[in-house]
Amino acid sequence: MSGRIATGLLLGWLLLVFVFIFAPIVASVIFSFNSDRFPTIPLGSFTTHWYDTIFADAEIGEAARNSIIVSLSTSVIATTLGFATAYTDYRYRFRFKGPYLALILLPPTIPLIIMALAMLAWLSWIGASGQLWSIIIAHSVLTAPFAMAILRLRLHQIDPDLEAAAWNLGSSEWRALRSVILPFCRPAIISAACLTAAISFDEFAVAWFVSGLNKTVPVIILEIVQGNIDPQVNAIGSLVFLTSMTLVVLAQLFFIARVGRA
Amino acid sequence: MKDPLVVLSGVVKRFGTFTAVHRLDLEIAQGEFIAIMGPSGCGKTTTLRMIAGLETPSEGEVRISGQVMNDVPVHERDTPLVWQSLALFPFLNARENVEFGLRMRGVDTVERRRRAMEWLERLDIGAFAERSVDTLSGGQRQRVALARSLVTEPRILLLDEPLSALDAHLVIRMQGVLTRLQRELGITFVHVTHSQSEALAMADRIVIMSEGRVVQIGRPREIYRTPGNRFVAEFVGRNNILSGISRGDAIETALGTFPAAGLPAPGRPATLVIAADLVEISQAPRDGAIPCSLISEEFVGATVTLFLEAADGTELKVQVPERALGELNQHAGSRYHLSWPADAGHVLTET
Repeated sequence: MSGRIATGLLLGWLLLVFVFIFAPIVASVIFSFNSDRFPTIPLGSFTTHWYDTIFADAEIGEAARNSIIVSLSTSVIATTLGFATAYTDYRYRFRFKGPYLALILLPPTIPLIIMALAMLAWLSWIGASGQLWSIIIAHSVLTAPFAMAILRLRLHQIDPDLEAAAWNLGSSEWRALRSVILPFCRPAIISAACLTAAISFDEFAVAWFVSGLNKTVPVIILEIVQGNIDPQVNAIGSLVFLTSMTLVVLAQLFFIARVGRA
Repeated sequence: MKDPLVVLSGVVKRFGTFTAVHRLDLEIAQGEFIAIMGPSGCGKTTTLRMIAGLETPSEGEVRISGQVMNDVPVHERDTPLVWQSLALFPFLNARENVEFGLRMRGVDTVERRRRAMEWLERLDIGAFAERSVDTLSGGQRQRVALARSLVTEPRILLLDEPLSALDAHLVIRMQGVLTRLQRELGITFVHVTHSQSEALAMADRIVIMSEGRVVQIGRPREIYRTPGNRFVAEFVGRNNILSGISRGDAIETALGTFPAAGLPAPGRPATLVIAADLVEISQAPRDGAIPCSLISEEFVGATVTLFLEAADGTELKVQVPERALGELNQHAGSRYHLSWPADAGHVLTET
């Protein structure tokens, strides 16, 4: 009996934690459909007006286009880099492998603002700041470690004879990589691509520092909020949340369903 | 040997400071079923991997069909290997696994499919062609692995203990499949194993390795009945091994002096090997028989091995048919008398 009570209490606690985490987001979504200009209770009437205005706004459209280009490019580059480093770790033994891996996993541990400043300094020094691809470079550096971590986990599950079996059956090393290692890693690759895209799509600090005039969605949200209180940000925020969550859930599905199991 | 397909000459393999294979010389004939046997760490798998090109010899030469293979990369060798882990591709179904080697050789889709199906049918797993390899049983996976290796019609098949993970009854069946295939195809099989029953049952010749060296090469019967040295006598079969001194036409041991053929000059050390299944056991004392007491027995079905101890503490083994046991009425401590025909003993001249 006491076990049942304890379970009930724990469930209640879990519910509270989820409410605590998601309440702000839920509030933002609710206010994005609220006709009042100010986020107050009681609510006004239901409206899609704020969505209509953001879809009509050319500047927001431009930002959305930028964000999509940046996150897609980042996803491809970071996943490729992540795969290359994970494969190097899987396939080769060399001195200083520990430091090599530590160095690769370092970027996410650096405070974002430091990272952003360093990126700005470095990119301006080599004359590459203020461009759309400046953000892509910075985001790739930032997200590649995540891709590498996911792919490394997958490569740890491979039967060590599998690649040699492909060579033994007549594939060159390059061909074995394509026809055995890549298919084996496919769920992890999709997962890594989704996750890196989601991180890039959300990222504000670095993007704000290096973007120059090429604003991404998080940057434009800040600009709108700085100017005045505008329920448009709730609408944009809801859409960003929807996009990121979709990507993260996809990443999890591929990661748990395929990688976690085998 | 008339027509050697694989020749290893003076092959040495070192890993850092550890020498896995010491100056190995071995010729394997076209169409021969050869088993390389030895305890783990004896260098048998390393030898196999050098034939496949997965390891490069530190010294010496590996030749296949007369061509020096040392610098030929794995994928250009055509020496398919059936792996201990089977190493089936988990993201491909059974048929696609079998097709893999053909795909790498650029065989077109229709032909590939036809040949893969032909092999799956031949190994009685045609019905499972479209199944994921994860859902197949151990025996079926084994057959997929075999089909995958043989579909390219190689001249040689390498097997790295592929039967070690199977249930006992499946091992016997797969042994049958393997020997039948080898005879039908007439290609060379090189089978690495630590199981003497596998080696004795299937191979034309057995290579016994120990600590990186070949210690004996011979036909299964030779290896079993006339071991070349103490290591083989201990490793293969169930042998009683008695050290002694040659007296010319007899050998003097701690248990007595026994007549034997092939002894070295009188006064030289020698070892007498008597297979446990050639030892005769009786309850009644007989002339020249060794009195012993029973310590334990090992029942494995049709035969039973009895472990006995002579008066001086020497352990002796006797293998008898299970149905003969009834007459012995054995229990621990029972007294018996052991003897063997003069021609049952096999003499080792080295000590």
